[in-house]
Amino acid sequence: MKIIVIFSIGALLAALIISCESSDTLEFDRYYSEGSVIYQTHCQNCHGGHGEGLNGLIPPLSDSVFLAKNSDQLPCTIYFGLKGKITVGKRDFEGQMPAASGLANIEIAQALTYITNSFGNKMGIFNVEMVNGDLVKCR
Amino acid sequence: MNKLAYVFLGAICLCACKFNSSNKTLPIYGNREAVTKMVNGQVVNDTIYATIPPFKFVNQFGDSTGSQNLAGKIYVADFFFTSCPSICPIMQRNMLAVYNAFKDTADVKIVSFTIDPKYDTPPVLKNYAEKLGVTGNSWWFLQGNRDTVYRIAEKNYLVAASKDSTAAGGYVHQGWFVLVDKQKRVRGSYDGTDPKQVAQLIDDIKTLKTGPAAGK
Repeated sequence: MKIIVIFSIGALLAALIISCESSDTLEFDRYYSEGSVIYQTHCQNCHGGHGEGLNGLIPPLSDSVFLAKNSDQLPCTIYFGLKGKITVGKRDFEGQMPAASGLANIEIAQALTYITNSFGNKMGIFNVEMVNGDLVKCR
Repeated sequence: MNKLAYVFLGAICLCACKFNSSNKTLPIYGNREAVTKMVNGQVVNDTIYATIPPFKFVNQFGDSTGSQNLAGKIYVADFFFTSCPSICPIMQRNMLAVYNAFKDTADVKIVSFTIDPKYDTPPVLKNYAEKLGVTGNSWWFLQGNRDTVYRIAEKNYLVAASKDSTAAGGYVHQGWFVLVDKQKRVRGSYDGTDPKQVAQLIDDIKTLKTGPAAGK
């Protein structure tokens, strides 16, 4: 009898730990898959289906170093667009990225989760709290 | 039993063979007109097809470029502008496939007409071409009189283009790639945002190059 009780408590604990973990990955998966749809609608035309950009005209999204370094600027870039010179992957780009000001913060977070975890990037979840915080500090 | 299997297999293989499109002909677009004329004293019925009228614009190198430079060439035309935020990047990405397939073929050209000639001057177009990775003389970016460009787009290439301050970037236009043959007739129209249709365009250019009318 004792053994059964101990065993079921153990099983319960194990189940709890597993479900905790999977609720984290579940949230990531939700962000990621919603993000892929937003990417297709708002980003893919210019940045390409594989984040490859367009030669010297449109920068690729596969430069993990650039993304990590400018991580807190990424929500601002999406929301307000970008103008002027930037250097991505040792190449200079000069042009204008249109603002996607119609996007909600959660959508920006989902798109960024998709971008920063595709095309060879692996930065983990970019959640809506991070976007909220970054958007307040946009330059 | 074994033999039968081989015969069966052979038959399947034969069926799987795709009969090549060597005698496939492309349609001729636009209005046509039947005319009756005298040739060597005999009455002959002939068809006059719609053709692209003469035009003369300026390319990205600042050279005067127009229909006389396209005489006897097969070419693909599209309409774009360099600051276009909507469908242009994907169109030009797909057009690069056409460029790469035919950049060393003297009688195949690509002509991109800007619909924003006020901003897209030859230096702007040259800079754009270089950044796109386009060199040489096989892909021209042409600046012309705005009204003339809009008129030939709509009347001759059958592509709608107009200024619209409510659209993203200020202009609306359709993303068609228009295939024109050596006799200046429109032979095909392909959705430049769809890689599959652009692959079809590349096939059709090959058909046009080797087809029965190629020599005429």
